[in-house]
Amino acid sequence: MSWPHKDLLDVSQLSRDDVAVVMKTAASFREINSRPVKKVPTLKGRSVVLFFAEPSTRTKTSFDMAGKRLSADTFALTKSGSSLVKGESLKDTVLTLLAMNPDAIVIRHGESGAADFVARRVSCAVINAGDGRHAHPTQALLDAFTLLEKWGTLAGKTVCILGDIAHSRVARSNVILLSMLGAEVRLCGPRTLLPPSVDGWGVEAHSDLKKAVAGAHAVMCLRLQLERQQAGLLPDLREYAGRYCLSSAALAGAAPDVRVLHPGPINRGIEISSELADAGQSLILDQVASGVAVRMALLHLFITRKDRGDKE
Amino acid sequence: MALPDFAVTNLTLPETPHAVDLLCRKGHVLGVAPHAPGTAYENARVIDGRGLTLLPSLTDAHAHLREPGQEWKEDIASGLAAAAAGGFANVMCMANTSPVNDTASITEHMTKRAAESWPGGPRLFPIGALTKGLLGRELAPMAELAQAGCVAFSNDGRPVADAELFRHAMEYASDLGLHVIDHCEEPTMAPGAGMNEGRVSSRLGLPGQPDVAEAIQVARDVLLADYLRIPIHLAHVSCRRSVEIIERAKAKGVPVTAETCPHYLHFTEAEVEGYNTLAKVNPPLRTRDDVLALIQALRQGVIDILATDHAPHADHEKETPFGEAPCGISGLETALSLSLVLTDKGMLDAGDIIRLFSTNPARIFKLPHNTFAPGDPADFVLFDPRQAWTVTPESLFSKGKNTPCLGRTLTGRVMAHFIGGQPVFTRGEFAPAATTAASRRIHGRNS
Repeated sequence: MSWPHKDLLDVSQLSRDDVAVVMKTAASFREINSRPVKKVPTLKGRSVVLFFAEPSTRTKTSFDMAGKRLSADTFALTKSGSSLVKGESLKDTVLTLLAMNPDAIVIRHGESGAADFVARRVSCAVINAGDGRHAHPTQALLDAFTLLEKWGTLAGKTVCILGDIAHSRVARSNVILLSMLGAEVRLCGPRTLLPPSVDGWGVEAHSDLKKAVAGAHAVMCLRLQLERQQAGLLPDLREYAGRYCLSSAALAGAAPDVRVLHPGPINRGIEISSELADAGQSLILDQVASGVAVRMALLHLFITRKDRGDKE
Repeated sequence: MALPDFAVTNLTLPETPHAVDLLCRKGHVLGVAPHAPGTAYENARVIDGRGLTLLPSLTDAHAHLREPGQEWKEDIASGLAAAAAGGFANVMCMANTSPVNDTASITEHMTKRAAESWPGGPRLFPIGALTKGLLGRELAPMAELAQAGCVAFSNDGRPVADAELFRHAMEYASDLGLHVIDHCEEPTMAPGAGMNEGRVSSRLGLPGQPDVAEAIQVARDVLLADYLRIPIHLAHVSCRRSVEIIERAKAKGVPVTAETCPHYLHFTEAEVEGYNTLAKVNPPLRTRDDVLALIQALRQGVIDILATDHAPHADHEKETPFGEAPCGISGLETALSLSLVLTDKGMLDAGDIIRLFSTNPARIFKLPHNTFAPGDPADFVLFDPRQAWTVTPESLFSKGKNTPCLGRTLTGRVMAHFIGGQPVFTRGEFAPAATTAASRRIHGRNS
């Protein structure tokens, strides 16, 4: 299996074949995660830096676990523990990391384009774990993996992404990936939380939840940040929840076996009702499990590509 | 007629088929005569200008020279070196220095530094702060600043949200007979985004500033100018919506003048692709439609002048993720080449460029300038319209190498620049003409 990329900056760089390789590799690693001893020596002696300049628990833990299960050494560098708070530039942080000669850098950063910035300056693999509002490719890949495990294919399926689309890297990457895999993607949220020039995204956008979920096979809720109220984008969370909180009742017009996703962490009663989050149709915990498998696959593909002599 | 003590022969004037000789005496223009081969100008210094185009020196009504306070980005000496090489004899520098130019002592410091480093020009004309500290709360001491040498007032970079205060600033400045220059930006709408709100920003996940953020303030300003009958100058207009408002205001006789910059005529928001911080500028680069509206507005006189908004930054300041980079493009040395490219495309003619970058700004702000009439200062540029050059950090005298032109090849280049009949800049084969200390220093680093 050849892997043509040095870095993973966004899903837009991947071909359908690339995505198939990731899915196939992830499926093979998923099995490891159900063994009593969840560790293989694939990346023994390799080092992975987890550079998180923005708070994150689940994505960082997921990458950490993925690396360790492949026997890689993982090193976490978080914002509070890094020199960024002391005013070190991203360039200097990156040069320092590079001098440590890791095999891969996983980066989470609050600025759009930060992963691209790092990737241009280092020779090792860079995996984008979320950059500003721009992209979150590993989340999109794990969401697709989760849905593919249930459905086998995304062709002919309708997926609605609900919530704060404008500020969401998860939405941006999922629109690209799910569309590429044949799904019809719809966006839903109040106009203030839909991105400007959303017509350029090539998907339907709605402000009416009922219309958006009509016939949908899956609805992906996004986390709502409290700051949106302070920024004047929402009157308050109560009114938001009244119009957009996903519940069994709100799903009345969706496909009968509609699935529900959420990248987490969830705000119960705001973007998703508590009963729905815990219901059988919820894939939220499957997403967490898929996340480890997909990130194992990505670390494996990116770190071992040089050994295999894959061409870019 | 008095005899010339300096002549440049065999020159081309834009859009004129026959060659001419430029004749000067004691730093002033005597006249422009048809070139007569073999004419000996006795007792005159004579330069053969064959192949070169004669242009008047330019006036830049909008530059940031960073001194005092941010000399790592630029200082007055390096900024004026860039002006000399770019063909500018007059440079108006904005007040957002550190400390802000809101007291006479800062203004005097600036003009002193200019006179020390470039005694023969380019001439520096400071623009005073409109409000103390540019904070938008209290008027700056404009009479004191005018006395010290400020030629206009502006809160550039820190737009004044308070309409009442802005009105009073216009009234107060009008007593002094000086213009207010307004950076039009509704400061609550994506301040400092440096990127247009549109398809590109949406895809890149960058917050964008919509063009209405500029146009709202343009509308306020022209309404105030109409109501008060006090002139206002609008800095760096970037979009069609602003042009439409200005056009209507001018049709009604409102005393408004406006500028735009070469980068708004050449680049669009697409330049930001790849998170290119060199294309991060405020107001941001807009769309193709805006570019066309601006060019038409220049041709029709809706926009009166071109200015550079020269905004130098250090390399390390621009080598960051897009959101962290400061806004600004270093523009003094690419302005003329970029502007004349538009004449090649037939969008403007050379006469337009002279009007927009020389005559009009000098008239609006009452600065010395050359129209090649007898007695005008002998401020002129010898320009090679065919010379191609690649913009590299080494090719620029400015400390600020931050331009989206880096790596691009431009056609047309300033070969020599004279102010008051003395060379302030020469390039390549014009080395023999370099006779003053200043020009010796600048020559050779950059041929």
